[in-house]
Amino acid sequence: MSGRAGACGIAGDGLRVRYGGFTALHETSLQVAPGERFGIVGESGSGKSTVLRALCGLAPLAAGRVRLVGRDGPNLGSAGHPAPGSKAFRRQVQMVFQDPYGSLHPRQTVDRMLAEPLAIHGLDDGRGAAGREAGDRVARALADVGLGPAFRFRYPHQLSGGQRQRVAIARALILEPQVLLLDEPTSALDASVQAEVLNLLESLHQQRGLSFVMVSHDLAVVTHLCQRLMVMRQGRTVELLSSSDLASHRVRADYTRALMAASAGFRRGAAP
Amino acid sequence: MSGDATVAVRPLLTVDGLCVAYPGRDGAMTEVVREVSFTLGRERLGIVGESGSGKSQTGRAILGLTAPGGRVSARTLEFDGIDLLHCAPAQRRALRGGRIAMVLQDPKYSLNPVMTLGDQIVETLRAHQPVSRRAARGRMLDALAQVQIDDPGRVAALYPHEVSGGMGQRAMIAMMLIAGPELLIADEPTSALDVTVQLEVLAILDRLVADRGMGLILISHDLRLVSSFCDRVLVMYAGRVVEQIESGRLDQAQHPYTRGLLSCLPQLDAPRHPLPTLQRRPEWAA
Repeated sequence: MSGRAGACGIAGDGLRVRYGGFTALHETSLQVAPGERFGIVGESGSGKSTVLRALCGLAPLAAGRVRLVGRDGPNLGSAGHPAPGSKAFRRQVQMVFQDPYGSLHPRQTVDRMLAEPLAIHGLDDGRGAAGREAGDRVARALADVGLGPAFRFRYPHQLSGGQRQRVAIARALILEPQVLLLDEPTSALDASVQAEVLNLLESLHQQRGLSFVMVSHDLAVVTHLCQRLMVMRQGRTVELLSSSDLASHRVRADYTRALMAASAGFRRGAAP
Repeated sequence: MSGDATVAVRPLLTVDGLCVAYPGRDGAMTEVVREVSFTLGRERLGIVGESGSGKSQTGRAILGLTAPGGRVSARTLEFDGIDLLHCAPAQRRALRGGRIAMVLQDPKYSLNPVMTLGDQIVETLRAHQPVSRRAARGRMLDALAQVQIDDPGRVAALYPHEVSGGMGQRAMIAMMLIAGPELLIADEPTSALDVTVQLEVLAILDRLVADRGMGLILISHDLRLVSSFCDRVLVMYAGRVVEQIESGRLDQAQHPYTRGLLSCLPQLDAPRHPLPTLQRRPEWAA
């Protein structure tokens, strides 16, 4: 597993997304190297989730293209990687959604939800040895996210929010993707559970060398997990900076500064 | 209990031994709020806890909004000398929205989707005060202006789905404040909003509470936000108040749960890998 780890990252060039007459995303480019953790911050409506959806093919692209990038550099290697939209691409690029209460099928057991991606990608034909192998993979995927075998035959309503998000992460990881897209993975969770999920994501990154693209409105969460981040507003990139820049307050854009001030909490008399 | 001095310092709200219980499927009652006691003057009190800690149920019980089937009991539940548990339903109804108001979490779900914002605010006012239509409209526009809405006339004619979350929440605050309440219970008033908008809404709330000398109970899961906004914080865990502390002295919190809640948040200028996690102990819930 670790041999292939970190084999590819993802890049978007000039991505534009339009919904009717409204442009949700104006020519946005980003480059995530293999094994890199990249964050996107912004307020609601800034287009940050749209970037993720464009990367994994859930949002229609009006212009631009998405490609996987290899270790050899941004321009090389793309020939050898699966094309966006193909089944092989989707196996490499998996997404974890924001709300674990909405993203799990309420009438399927954990086991069935985790087996479904395996069946779709032909890793399980439901019979004989392959079926047994799929069962092993489900159990392993659950163990990887810190859930015991007891959780395998439970329904989502029998799980807490943090356990649900772990199941959602297990579902994304069971295909052993190279790129994990995380859309506000902790914003629906309590602070203490958020810490557990962030630690889990970090240790998964260390073990597998995955590339992350994480969207969040919380600067502190993004800075904790990511090395570089992009600040967005109204469908455009405001600023690209590294987490250490942010931690030492080396920011250029006023908007980023406003976001930083906001995440520090309420100050009497300071607000408008 | 007689002289003027004692009347002046009488707390606005006295809660002593509040319990809320709901029946389970087998009929056994599960206590979701257990023996919560506090008093509130004209100050800002924060109630913090994680989901399921009973913080919202505490706020709802004070207002009399406990869901049907739930059982509320307390040794004392008094608002300005009125026994809330034993007063007539009509009196309770008059208090609710009149002298005690509540701001709810998500304007998308808690505003009436088929009424304009202006009509909803007018309805609230006329439910509590005998005001003419014309006067009510004038006060409604004033109230919208007070929550820093630039063009109250235009916003009053809009439906909830036509406004942003921040605008909807301001309209809800305007609606809650229009009858001039003395106690405002705000249940996660900003957690559905963007961080930058959150601060604007809190600033509006802060100014109104200070100007009118109201009591405020701010219920939230965000310990840092609450501590930066309130004078005093109650920390709840599993239905109990585990710690009560002045906001300024939060760094001296004694209870391991409070300390755990504070330390498990990622911080911009103090990275820690991995983050410390909260080790829950069964005796906290005992």
